[in-house]
Amino acid sequence: MGFDPYQRLDTVRRIETPEGVELELPVAGPLPRALAWSVDLLLRMVAYSVAGAILSVLGDTGTGLFLLFIFFLEWFYPVVFELAFHGATPGKSALGLTVVMADGTPVTLSASLLRNLLRFADLLPSGYLVGLLCMFFDPSFRRLGDMAAGTLVIHRGHARPSAALPQAPPLAPQIPLLAEEQRAIIAFAARSSTWTDGRQQELAGLLGDLLGDPSGSNSTLAVRKLCGMARWLQGER
Amino acid sequence: MHQDHFVQRHQAEWTDLGRRLDGVDAKTWADLPGACRRVSQHLALARTRGYSADLVARLHDLAIRSHQQLYQQPVDLGTRLVALVKDRVPAAVRAEWVLVGLAHLLFYGPLFVTLIAVHHDPHVVYSVLDMQTVSDMETMYDPAGTHYLRERAVDSDLLMFGYYIWNNIGIGFRTFASGALLGLGPVWFLASNGVTIGAVYGHLLNIGYGGPLTAFTVGHSSFELTAIVLSGAAGARLGLAWLNPGQWTRTEALGRAARRALPIIEGATLMLLVAAVLEAFWSSSQVVPAALKYTVGAGLWVLVYGWLLLGGRRADR
Repeated sequence: MGFDPYQRLDTVRRIETPEGVELELPVAGPLPRALAWSVDLLLRMVAYSVAGAILSVLGDTGTGLFLLFIFFLEWFYPVVFELAFHGATPGKSALGLTVVMADGTPVTLSASLLRNLLRFADLLPSGYLVGLLCMFFDPSFRRLGDMAAGTLVIHRGHARPSAALPQAPPLAPQIPLLAEEQRAIIAFAARSSTWTDGRQQELAGLLGDLLGDPSGSNSTLAVRKLCGMARWLQGER
Repeated sequence: MHQDHFVQRHQAEWTDLGRRLDGVDAKTWADLPGACRRVSQHLALARTRGYSADLVARLHDLAIRSHQQLYQQPVDLGTRLVALVKDRVPAAVRAEWVLVGLAHLLFYGPLFVTLIAVHHDPHVVYSVLDMQTVSDMETMYDPAGTHYLRERAVDSDLLMFGYYIWNNIGIGFRTFASGALLGLGPVWFLASNGVTIGAVYGHLLNIGYGGPLTAFTVGHSSFELTAIVLSGAAGARLGLAWLNPGQWTRTEALGRAARRALPIIEGATLMLLVAAVLEAFWSSSQVVPAALKYTVGAGLWVLVYGWLLLGGRRADR
């Protein structure tokens, strides 16, 4: 791939798998990650209060166990969840985030340990300032721990249910269309139900020439024709 | 081929793969590599043929999930632990012998210099520690009156165990992590700890608390002090990646350094765990005679360094 200025701005990292296909990893920025962290913090606070209340009846033994509990939760809470639940703590899960290796494979034990041990460096001097600065300067939004461990935090892909195209009689385009143009027409039809009628007609009206109505006078018909064309392009006859 | 025809032809296979990735029918994984290759090919075809974004997204989801299923690394804690203790920790420590040696010098050098200085001139302790700390230490290690030399109940043993884990392993982890930020900082952090420990020890020797204190510390110090030195060395390895990345970009160098340092910090964690057990349940025990404590303590020092020097020699090559 040659120099592509958009590639530098894009927050989708592309990896090529051994099967020879490009997979897309949409990396997550500081805001969703901070929100996920807050959810986790809240959960940990709840766990501390519950454990504190239960263990307080045990006297010195309880205090000792409570310190062990704090130690374990502070350092290993993310490690356990990242390994056991597909790279996501409950907070990350709630925000639809996942930790993966830079090659898109699930996070390993070593990587999870590293990124969570180095969390201490990222949260210095307070409020994750170091981590935040690193994320601002890194195109993949990695904090120090992610850089050392070779991990990315990505948005989990949602397989959208295949939206059925709106009903319309299939219509062959009068001129040959480029692949890009075909995609645009199919995307228009697939998404048209999410727009107001006015917006649909406004967009379809721009294609008056293609739809055999250069003046764009009948825009309701234009929307119908465009949806029909999309159905034709998908193979309906 | 038109999209509808393509979908019709492969729909059943995609649904089946999706169900298996969701964990239904997990036992039929015999042909995962084949399924992964086929769905990858379908994705590539869908892209080049300009099929709808919906279909491409659906295939992409299947492709990335089968990729993750196929290339995941199983987590086997038991095997990892055995390999760490048997080979990987000592081998990793020896691979970093320069940094580990430097960390030893920067910890024990200041420790013994301060110890001797304080022993030679008792007033020196006040130029290292403030009055309050000194008197706290005197109360804490007073053989006549305090907790650490009396036989404790099991529950306060557990309290101290929790405290040692939380505090000491936390210190080890923080020393390590600070390396990613502060360069050689961890090694200098060791020096300041060395000065403090040397001053306290020297002072307590001066006022005649030395015997019981040595009996108390000799058991766990081999694991504890060595682990702190190793944490410092592992942290400094991370710091060197920023300061001197060599032929790599700094990010890449940090990743490589982290992989080298990880077994060391894992080893230090295990050692601090052992130290916490010893400190809570053995060092403070009054049933055990001092002579036995010295013997066992000396044996543990030999054990720790024997392990680091001789362990995992085969894995080295």
